[in-house]
Amino acid sequence: MTVALRVAVLVFVAAVFQVGAVAGSRVLGAEPDLLLVVLVVVALLAGSITGAIAGFAGGLLVGVMTLDTLGTTSIVLTVAGYWAGRYGETTGRGRPYAAPLAAFAITVLATPANVALHFLLGQPVSAGAAFATLIPTAIVNSALAFGLYPLCRRFLASPDRLGGRAREVEVV
Amino acid sequence: MGGLVALALVLVTISFREDGSGPLADAQSAAASALRPLQVAADRVAEPFRDAYAWGEGLAHARTDAKRLQRENEVLRQQYVRARLAEQENARLRSLLRFRSGPRFPEGFEGVAAEVIYRPPGAYAQAIVVAAGRDDGIRVDDPVVTAQGLVGTVSRVGSRTARVTLLTDDQSAVSATVLGTEAAGIVRLGQGPRAPLRLVRVPKEAVVKVGDTVVTAGWRSRRFSSLYPQGILIGRVTSVGRADTDLFTQVQLEPFADLSSLEAVLVLVPSDRAAGTP
Repeated sequence: MTVALRVAVLVFVAAVFQVGAVAGSRVLGAEPDLLLVVLVVVALLAGSITGAIAGFAGGLLVGVMTLDTLGTTSIVLTVAGYWAGRYGETTGRGRPYAAPLAAFAITVLATPANVALHFLLGQPVSAGAAFATLIPTAIVNSALAFGLYPLCRRFLASPDRLGGRAREVEVV
Repeated sequence: MGGLVALALVLVTISFREDGSGPLADAQSAAASALRPLQVAADRVAEPFRDAYAWGEGLAHARTDAKRLQRENEVLRQQYVRARLAEQENARLRSLLRFRSGPRFPEGFEGVAAEVIYRPPGAYAQAIVVAAGRDDGIRVDDPVVTAQGLVGTVSRVGSRTARVTLLTDDQSAVSATVLGTEAAGIVRLGQGPRAPLRLVRVPKEAVVKVGDTVVTAGWRSRRFSSLYPQGILIGRVTSVGRADTDLFTQVQLEPFADLSSLEAVLVLVPSDRAAGTP
């Protein structure tokens, strides 16, 4: 299975679980976003372009399943995936806390972006409710990213592509 | 990324303009229907984890909740007790108030309401101490009543307190009549807990039946008069005995007033004295 396919499976499963199981549930006062966390992890592992595409597709899936205005979640997740990918390609590479840190920062930034987009479209949105759970959600997402990162890394296993440990050295 | 964002914006625009009816909306609806089973499956898969989390969370909160509820329970219990006491006091005072302004209240007297502040322990001390005294116009021998009936007389008086000897004291004696008959006698301490009072010196020929009501006689002669105004309820006849050898009929009474749990009483003060009291 190619990395792209594995990424697609991961994002698809995450989107389905996000809408079907995770959305609306509260954990320690937070409303965790599984799709966002998986997207951040995937983008960190697979790069900015894959992250952007995964974000777009994931957002589209969520939009379809929730019968929301198509594209709104996609815009936010595309940018989020791209940013996480760029972070992974540059400063975040190899850092053990890159995933939790990126998940925290992107959660904090994505929530107001989502609220603003819905507001611009004239859809009812409660900024108070969104911001009330922002920090707990960011912390829980961060913890989720910390746990999911090694699992996703193993699932997407392609050591040379994903920066894994080198098994042999070839003298050129 | 720019292309994807632009594509997303196009989707937003079309989706927003269609507003639920159009090819994109139809496609979205069809896709949503197709994905619905997967969502349900995801929900089923996640359900045990959600339940486990809820159980764990409930367990963690149970201890805190128990402590909080215990504290709340204590506060509520105290409030309940206070409310019940206030309710009882309110009922007692209302009852006294109704009695004082009712037709049964004796003429020529004013009622000084007084709270019972002390009840000597033991079965032998048939007296109470009330929170009203000389300053309220109370004097020794003033009759003391409740809305139910006669309680006793004031036997000692201080400036703000008074001691009331109950009907059940062996020194107490009240001249009384049986309502609706010519029978008269003196109410004295009874001979057992089931009949705390007895009516003595009732002529043998007097017709007294169980259930008859005994009230104060309130006699008045040229030089003397009874301590008690006429017509105050004392008790109900519980048994009547006539032996051939006895000179008088044996009449046992049960007092109307519950002398064992008095909380507030009215001391009957003659109106002329009450008028001179500040």
